[in-house]
Amino acid sequence: MELEKKKFLTDADLPFCKGCGHNHIAANTEKALQLLGYDPMNVVLVTDIGCHGIIDKSFLTHTVHGLHGRSVALATGVSAALNNPEKKVIVFIGDGGATIGMQHLIDAAHNGFNMTVVIHNNMLYGMTGGQPSEFTPAGFKTPTLPDGGKKTGYDICKLIAAVEGASYVCRLEGISDFSEQLAEAFSKKGFSLVEVMEICPSYGVKSNPGMKLSKVIENAGLIINKFVDREVDNYKTEVKTEFRSLFSESDAIQTKFPSKLEKPVRLMLCGSAGEGVQAAAEFILKAGITSGLNGTKKGSYPVTVGVGFSAAEIILSSEEILYTGSPNPDVICVTSSDGLEYARKTLANMKGGKLFIDSSLKAPDTKAEVIYFPFRERGGAKNSSIYSIFYFLTKTQLFPMDSLLSVFNENKIAKKFDQDKMFQALNEPFVDGLTDNKKVIV
Amino acid sequence: MSVEIKENQLIMDGSELIIESLARSGADVFIGYPITPANLLYSNSLERFPSFFAAPDEISALQWMCGFSTTGKFPVTATSFPGFALMLESVNMAYMMELPMLIILVQRLGPATGSATCGAQGDLALLTGAISGGFSLPVISVSSMKDCWELSHNAMKMAIDLRTPVVLLTSKEEIMTLASFAISQLSEINLLERKQYSGAETFVPYKTNETLVPDFLPVGDKKNQVRYTASTHDQKGIIQNTSKEAIDNTKRLELKHQKNLKHHLYYEYDGEKGANTLLISYGITASASREAVKNLREQGEKVSLLIPKTLLPVAPEYFDIIEKYNKIVIAEENLSGQYRKILFGEFGNKKVSGVNGIAEMITPDRITEVVLSK
Repeated sequence: MELEKKKFLTDADLPFCKGCGHNHIAANTEKALQLLGYDPMNVVLVTDIGCHGIIDKSFLTHTVHGLHGRSVALATGVSAALNNPEKKVIVFIGDGGATIGMQHLIDAAHNGFNMTVVIHNNMLYGMTGGQPSEFTPAGFKTPTLPDGGKKTGYDICKLIAAVEGASYVCRLEGISDFSEQLAEAFSKKGFSLVEVMEICPSYGVKSNPGMKLSKVIENAGLIINKFVDREVDNYKTEVKTEFRSLFSESDAIQTKFPSKLEKPVRLMLCGSAGEGVQAAAEFILKAGITSGLNGTKKGSYPVTVGVGFSAAEIILSSEEILYTGSPNPDVICVTSSDGLEYARKTLANMKGGKLFIDSSLKAPDTKAEVIYFPFRERGGAKNSSIYSIFYFLTKTQLFPMDSLLSVFNENKIAKKFDQDKMFQALNEPFVDGLTDNKKVIV
Repeated sequence: MSVEIKENQLIMDGSELIIESLARSGADVFIGYPITPANLLYSNSLERFPSFFAAPDEISALQWMCGFSTTGKFPVTATSFPGFALMLESVNMAYMMELPMLIILVQRLGPATGSATCGAQGDLALLTGAISGGFSLPVISVSSMKDCWELSHNAMKMAIDLRTPVVLLTSKEEIMTLASFAISQLSEINLLERKQYSGAETFVPYKTNETLVPDFLPVGDKKNQVRYTASTHDQKGIIQNTSKEAIDNTKRLELKHQKNLKHHLYYEYDGEKGANTLLISYGITASASREAVKNLREQGEKVSLLIPKTLLPVAPEYFDIIEKYNKIVIAEENLSGQYRKILFGEFGNKKVSGVNGIAEMITPDRITEVVLSK
């Protein structure tokens, strides 16, 4: 094939040292893209930090020059956004960048993002003085590794070949004309990778005098070969065009019940994770709103789901609620020992109000009126929080029980819940003989 | 007792308002990595955004966002300090490349992993120095449910208009606390679009006019070569060391923020005639401050309230307000008074005092006490 004069590269000299393999990669990329008939405006070259990355000024394609080791991740975004296999995304990265960005390489291959990654592997960091990378082979010397590497470098081709999503993986020696291999990689759908072996003329050659590239490759146990060539589904970005709004008028809660709340009430539920504290708090919040009140609910819990305390602070008010915290709640319901530990500080600070506490627990010193009720024994641990909010409303009558029932009955929890049993329990006189703080609730 | 019919209310949290607002504003893609307490933003975006990506880590999330932004799409993510720390170098890249995007930072108690489920206002000091060289990274702070709706849109507009990453600063309670909210409070949200260069001359990626914001074309454009570069670069987007054109371009990155700040300045100022004291607060502590001011005024005390929402860059307008007062109280949920130091320096000022604390929301009572102290 007769090639046109340069179509993808400017006429200026390439910015690399004489004898550097990066020159060959640029020239072969030009040739490969011409072989495939690409228009430069359909090519995006993504590069990053390292000698290879100064090439972008020489390319007449679109160019994006990013951070060290991140070009594959950056190209992933470009590729997923373009979502168009006609646009060719090519990544140039060095062995240092491939070391930093290994996860990006694996991830891009795994997902089959449309791109071809060309690793410029000169087995050291050329830009910063010839330090070794994780690709530096055993025995290969660099200025800061005068005795040579002790471990075998990464075999990136084997690593990426092991990733199911990769469509093409090959290693080649970066000499003479390898444009056909590059063209083959460029023409693959999905993720393709070419590792080009080079020796850095500034540091590699000087540190390993007389050693030929082919010998380095052989000594390193690296195979010049095609590792993967298969048809793989490339990534297609889903772009939804129809949505349901996260909220709408139809979700709105209508005022159905009256409330005699004259000043804001702050309720705190303290129990254990997995015992329905947050759900119970939402029921009481919604019941308050159904009764024409404004409400807020702030949840507190440790980071691990299903373990330790679970607490909620609910504020109900006929006025606008500004501050959503409850340092001095009017009522605290404590249904478990986890909940009691969490509530201790608040209870110590309370100047009045009520503490509804499970009768298996001992109330700490507090100025709140202490009222015991066997939430856990009567309702079971799982229902203890539900029992506590019905108990709260029974005792305070801040808004009609029907409002809480209407909210509760809409929920699937209600289907397996014995309401008759609960109301019988709530209305029974309860004598607590287990603690010093004896209290009779009638 | 008769039933007084109130306007129908929804129960919602800030995350729903933010994501719905951004989706209606035309945000294209959410790219996230899960982290408490930002997860509701993640799950709501999955449901609501045109495209959604679960990134394998926070560095990838920001890099993918940069990639999307180079093509003209508007990306959003949500994270908390540990994730943001990983994103930081890439935020600098987006800043240098001038890529619009929104990062919703949900503050939690640090240092390090700290307490993931405990809110905080501890990241402002980081944000003020987040861009190497001390360049201004815009930070918009929500201080109410209504702000979640309106400022999300405004922050996105700022990102597009100034071609910059913008941080929408929130905290755990602003994202997760449920509240009754009337839909009628929500203003109409307009679709935002990224204007593209349509001139006849060859496109020069970082050439600017008097706005100091370059015109935009996406990579992949059919006619014009488009370049983006994270390194110091000239107007063409070609890497330079310290050429005058390139350094002028770098200086412009700061100047464009200073020049255009007035178009993106959001704050609430509730000035009371005769008041000598100005209370300043933002984010989650703003609601405690509003309540403190309400209580103080009911007691006959005179006090004014300033709630900055465009926190960074700091607007000169704030100092025009501040200089009217003899006593300044700044309430924020951190130990060192981060915004106080940004406004008044490390050693402060005799007329300035702070209300600070961690691990719990600052109470209206504590604010009231400091406002009333002599």
